[in-house]
Amino acid sequence: MKVQSYRDPTLFSQLLEKAIPLLLEVRESLGRKIRMMEVCGTHTVSFSKTGVRELLSDFVELMSGPGCPVCVTDQTDLDRMISLGQQKGTMIATYGDMMKVPGTHSTLVQERANGVDVRMVNSATQALELAIEHPHHEVVFLGVGFETTAPSAALAIQRASRENIRNFSVYSAHKCTPPALEALIQAKHEIDGFLLPGHVSVIIGRKGWSFLERYNQPAVIGGFEPLDLLASTYILVKEMRKPRRQVVNHYRRMVKEDGNERAQQVLGEVFQPVSSQWRGFGMLPDSGLELKPFYRDQDAKFRFSWEAPRSRSVRGCRCGEVITGKLTPLSCGLFAKTCTPEKPLGPCMVSSEGTCSTYYFYERGGKP
Amino acid sequence: MKILLSHGDGGKLTHELVKNIFHRAFHNDHLQEEGDAAALTLASGNIMVSTDSYVISPMHFPGGNIGKLAITGTMNDLAVSGAIPQYITAGFILEEGLDMEELRGIVQSMAHTAQQAGVRLVAGDTKVVERGKGDGLYINTTGIGINRHPGRLAYSCIQPGDRILINGAIAEHTIAVLSARAGLEFSPPILSDCASLHSMIQSLLDQFHSIRFMRDPTRGGVATTLQEIALKTSLDLELYEEHLPVTDQVRGAVEILGLDPLYLANEGKVILIVGEQEADAVIKWMREKFDQQLAGVIGRVRKGQGKVWLKTAFGGTRRIEMLSGAPLPRIC
Repeated sequence: MKVQSYRDPTLFSQLLEKAIPLLLEVRESLGRKIRMMEVCGTHTVSFSKTGVRELLSDFVELMSGPGCPVCVTDQTDLDRMISLGQQKGTMIATYGDMMKVPGTHSTLVQERANGVDVRMVNSATQALELAIEHPHHEVVFLGVGFETTAPSAALAIQRASRENIRNFSVYSAHKCTPPALEALIQAKHEIDGFLLPGHVSVIIGRKGWSFLERYNQPAVIGGFEPLDLLASTYILVKEMRKPRRQVVNHYRRMVKEDGNERAQQVLGEVFQPVSSQWRGFGMLPDSGLELKPFYRDQDAKFRFSWEAPRSRSVRGCRCGEVITGKLTPLSCGLFAKTCTPEKPLGPCMVSSEGTCSTYYFYERGGKP
Repeated sequence: MKILLSHGDGGKLTHELVKNIFHRAFHNDHLQEEGDAAALTLASGNIMVSTDSYVISPMHFPGGNIGKLAITGTMNDLAVSGAIPQYITAGFILEEGLDMEELRGIVQSMAHTAQQAGVRLVAGDTKVVERGKGDGLYINTTGIGINRHPGRLAYSCIQPGDRILINGAIAEHTIAVLSARAGLEFSPPILSDCASLHSMIQSLLDQFHSIRFMRDPTRGGVATTLQEIALKTSLDLELYEEHLPVTDQVRGAVEILGLDPLYLANEGKVILIVGEQEADAVIKWMREKFDQQLAGVIGRVRKGQGKVWLKTAFGGTRRIEMLSGAPLPRIC
């Protein structure tokens, strides 16, 4: 099937017609709307952009999960990344999404205006190229992301080590998504089922989520096209009604059972699991990726020293609750009032995949 | 040969630069005068003036360069306001070290674009800044034109029931520039839509009487332009996703980059608000007379509270907001 088929309005209507009686039935039996968590930020955006969120809104309440890398990055890590630029001779290479995230005292945009050399890149490889072009600068790549972007950072680290590029390092705030989902499930939650992230699943495979079956949690790996979103919801609701639930791979055109083994191998060669602090979750064991001792020369956390900044989040910012599915942005007192994309107070309003940003652009102002 | 600081000191090198590069390209009587000001004669009518600065990086991109853009951009600002561009002025800020042949190529491209548009460059200025204090070349252009239809195009003319039209595919300019900037190669290359619109616009204004308003959706793209119209008129605008012209190539590129084509800049597009009765005829005219094959009706105006809505292909409806900050590629 071509990607266009997943956008076919006729197929979509046919499936919607088929799904509505089931959604209605399950909603009635629960006595409330079905509560589904879309773990991935790209899903959050897709549901809004395609209008599928609105089409399902009578039956399904969508809650966001910890699926936007910038949003789950802890304030201390943000502050450290921002302060790296103040060290003499450094050049900060970062994904654009990080630019406006508010640290305790500043942002990268602010720092750039103050004279810090901050460059936006689209990949770790591009950051490495900057190091080659600017041998007299210490280029530090801000490694923020999940299993999707961590392999490219790993490849850049390996190349820097192999080619002896001494002025390149990575501040790794990379995180793995399964531990966060497990923490959510172990805590008290009111989520009926999980739509698992498609891009992460490409790397870790269906197998990477098989632990969910121990908890008997309905979960579906889904793609990002309108038909994917609807079909994943339908399958998830069908799965809810079964006594034994399985992790269903409904994104088989991209996701294999074992995932991308080459990417997993590279991750294993360069990184090792470590306890990591998450916004909204606190410390989660084995959820972060730090560079192995062999790559210490490329590890910015070892190459630079700084005073531990006194970090604090903005008072009233509820990003932590938004990314743990406890509330939607519409319930946050700062949303669209003092916290806007122009002056974001929390990371979920900054990132293009942040839930607050998505709601700001697509979900305000009711219906036409 | 490179641009030196001395090319900006007003002495011999400055004179040589002006003569060999600028006068040679823009050859006309006004420039030959070499006065401090140009004396212009304008036909009677409403005079309109528009100014814009161009700081695009890189200077060359598939389908154009900073020079061509500096002419078409300012011409189009006049054109969508209903004016026929007549004269243009240009101020150049050159960075020390800029390659002379590169400058010559860009200036020739400007001259060619202006000549094709029937516009004369009548005054100019050149300054040179130290290496590292500019980005190769900045250009400011100011255009002067005559409006033969004063008062005809205004926010206040827009009415519920009017149709929203566009003359072709969106987002090509941004994708072309991004591909040059990030070294992304598309095959075949996606070209910027950078082009002068004024002859088509004048022809439309002469031919059709219910064109209420026009705007070129440059920075911020179609979404931001429509949001401005909605805010100014307090009317709602409804877009039909299925009717938005996006080429398959651009669609592929924006999906790779995680960008929304509605928010990406165009440099050869015009959004027209037209009375319902004439909308189809305007589309037909643009397609047949000006080869705008992808021109189409993309939405309609209705009573409301100054909001923009998008009806998706699947029957859903979502709000469209103004662009906030630069669109950024996704990382997840």
